[in-house]
Amino acid sequence: MFEENLTWLCYLLSGVLFTIGAIGAILRRNMIVVFMCIELMLNAVNLVFIAAAGSLSSMDGSVFVFFIMTVAAVEAAVGLAIFVMVFRMQQSINADEMNLLKG
Amino acid sequence: MADYIWLIPLFPALGFIINSAFGGGRASKTFVAWVACLALFAAFLSSAAVFVEFLQLPATARVFERDIYNWIASGEMSVNIGFRLDPLSVIMCLVVTGVGFLIHVYSVGYMHGDPGFKRFFIYLNLFVFMMLLLVTGNSLLLLFVGWEGVGLCSYLLIGFWYEKDSAADAGKKAFIVNRVGDFGFLIGVFFLFVSLGAQGVWTLNIGEVGKNAHLLSVPVVTVITLLFFVGAVGKSAQIPLYVWLPDAMEGPTPVSSLIHAATMVTAGVYMIARLNILFSMAPDTLYVVAVIGVLTAFFAASIGFAQYDIKKVLAYSTISQLGFMFIAMGVGAYAAGIFHLMTHAFFKGLLFLGAGSVMHAMSGELDLRNMGGLRKKTPITYWTFFIACLAIAGIPGFSGFFSKDEILWKAFSSSHGDLWIWLLGAVTAGMTAFYMFRLFFSTFHGECRASEEVKHHIHESPRVMTIPLMILAVLSLVGGYVGVPHLLGGSNAIERFLAPVFGHATQAKTAVHFDIVASAWASSGAGGHEASLELALMVTSVLIALIGIALAYLYYVKNPSLPERFTARFAGLFRWVHNKYFVDELYDFVFVRGTLKAGAFLLKVADGWIIEGAVNGTAALVKRAGDKLRKAETGYVQEYAFAIILGAIIVVGYLIVIPMF
Repeated sequence: MFEENLTWLCYLLSGVLFTIGAIGAILRRNMIVVFMCIELMLNAVNLVFIAAAGSLSSMDGSVFVFFIMTVAAVEAAVGLAIFVMVFRMQQSINADEMNLLKG
Repeated sequence: MADYIWLIPLFPALGFIINSAFGGGRASKTFVAWVACLALFAAFLSSAAVFVEFLQLPATARVFERDIYNWIASGEMSVNIGFRLDPLSVIMCLVVTGVGFLIHVYSVGYMHGDPGFKRFFIYLNLFVFMMLLLVTGNSLLLLFVGWEGVGLCSYLLIGFWYEKDSAADAGKKAFIVNRVGDFGFLIGVFFLFVSLGAQGVWTLNIGEVGKNAHLLSVPVVTVITLLFFVGAVGKSAQIPLYVWLPDAMEGPTPVSSLIHAATMVTAGVYMIARLNILFSMAPDTLYVVAVIGVLTAFFAASIGFAQYDIKKVLAYSTISQLGFMFIAMGVGAYAAGIFHLMTHAFFKGLLFLGAGSVMHAMSGELDLRNMGGLRKKTPITYWTFFIACLAIAGIPGFSGFFSKDEILWKAFSSSHGDLWIWLLGAVTAGMTAFYMFRLFFSTFHGECRASEEVKHHIHESPRVMTIPLMILAVLSLVGGYVGVPHLLGGSNAIERFLAPVFGHATQAKTAVHFDIVASAWASSGAGGHEASLELALMVTSVLIALIGIALAYLYYVKNPSLPERFTARFAGLFRWVHNKYFVDELYDFVFVRGTLKAGAFLLKVADGWIIEGAVNGTAALVKRAGDKLRKAETGYVQEYAFAIILGAIIVVGYLIVIPMF
């Protein structure tokens, strides 16, 4: 009974985290913060996977979590490198100033 | 010789190739002329060799057929390049190469001063090659190659003096009008191939088609033969496609003689004779052929009355004589038609060459009103022309008499024939005599009406031109004796020679019905009244011809003011006939300008509105849509992310909401 409630609590928490992350990723200007929000979304998803894996007694979810963490690390490395280059170009990493690809 | 029949078309082809390759630049005119003439002479000799060999063989063995090469093999269809010589094609080969050779020799003199001398002989050799391909090819497809090839050469040679607009236009006209006929012919070939194929016989070989023709039903054969006849109408200048032939006189005179009188225009007649098995199966088609033939003969002869251009008169006379050949085809008298084809090649070739000689003497003058009195100054031309006129008028003893009379007799007596066809044909024969002698008298008799300068230059043509004239005159004189009818004590050798090709047709002709005659000749015995009837018809047509000549004599020698009074009296009628019944104007209005108008309309509507509208409309739509949609591409990453999330929410929402219902 407790475990079941805990699983639902985890789902709820992960939903809240994901929503915060998504809203932050859309609304914040600083790309570093946007990036952090994306990490938040990824980890919210991780939480769902873990919770589901626990409640279903399956290892599949845990395996996904490892992959997601790996991808998040790679993404952080690549993304931060891009930000450094962008900052060198226009002395700012505000998202609303990065619109060179507009139609 | 049987293994070497392909030599016959090969020689002119060699002449064409040699002259094309080496005839340019430094090669002399003499070289070109010798190559061209020798090529023809060699072809003539090999045709003659086959002919002699045929005479030694029994009638049933007189077919040489050799396939050289498998040309097209595709599925059920297999067409060989092969040649077939039988009595019919041998006669055609002899006419084409024999008359062709004489005209080549004549051209050496006639074209002597022309800058296009070499080009002329190259075209002429190519023409003879194509014509021989047409008459010796053993499949309908090869026949069609020759058919188109002679059309091409005709176009090239009509427009030989292409700097003249009228010549270039006449060439185009001939080509386009011929295309109309060729279209019908080609459809006919397809139709025949498919209908025979439906019976399990996939072939275009002429012999095979003949052997399997009985598999086809009569309506199908009728349609096929009518389509073939459309081709013949185009090539042989019959109503309604005859309009190109008078214009074709823009070409050099030897061309008019060889292509537009002696050989090419008879291709339609040859083709019907070649496919006589099919045509005999379709009595309806035969009737159409005979009616078109007799109408054309009459109609063209009437136009010949009112022309002043010497070559135009001859052109209409050619159309008229071709009409006679089609009468023969239409009443199933194929041998008589081919006989007339042969004699016509002699005397009409001669008439054209004579006209060329007259033009040569008159410094290129064509108008009869400016001629006259040439008898003394050009005696050879005069006498040869006279013989040709007698031959075409059908005076007994000359070649035209035997062949034309044979046709008229068959038109009357054959089961396919009719009284009115004979009547109109006989009247036309009289008209022919009149306008030919009108031409003859106004050219050679009376006072010379040319200008002093031209008068001064009048001279007989050189020997290279007069000798072909004389040979053709001899042929016009004696050419008819190969077909003397039984009635006059002859054996009709040409009909017997052609019997293996037209065998069944001769049988059909014995089924003569004499319903009109039976009452008139009721008292005499069957055999007797046939003979006396034939004699009576013969005498009638000769009398009509003599009346025609006498009238011409009266009008143009005895009393030269009569024609003028006549034309003044019937000015409207004369103008109508002189302008060829305004048929050209009618065609121009309906077809030429109709086509142009339809083209202009389609240019505006179909091209301008529909096609351009569709193409430009698509482009404009894309451009306009792009202009609007590019606003969506803001370049802000976060907006894209928002769109993705929104999309994800919608998809997930859909997946959740749908199962609820």
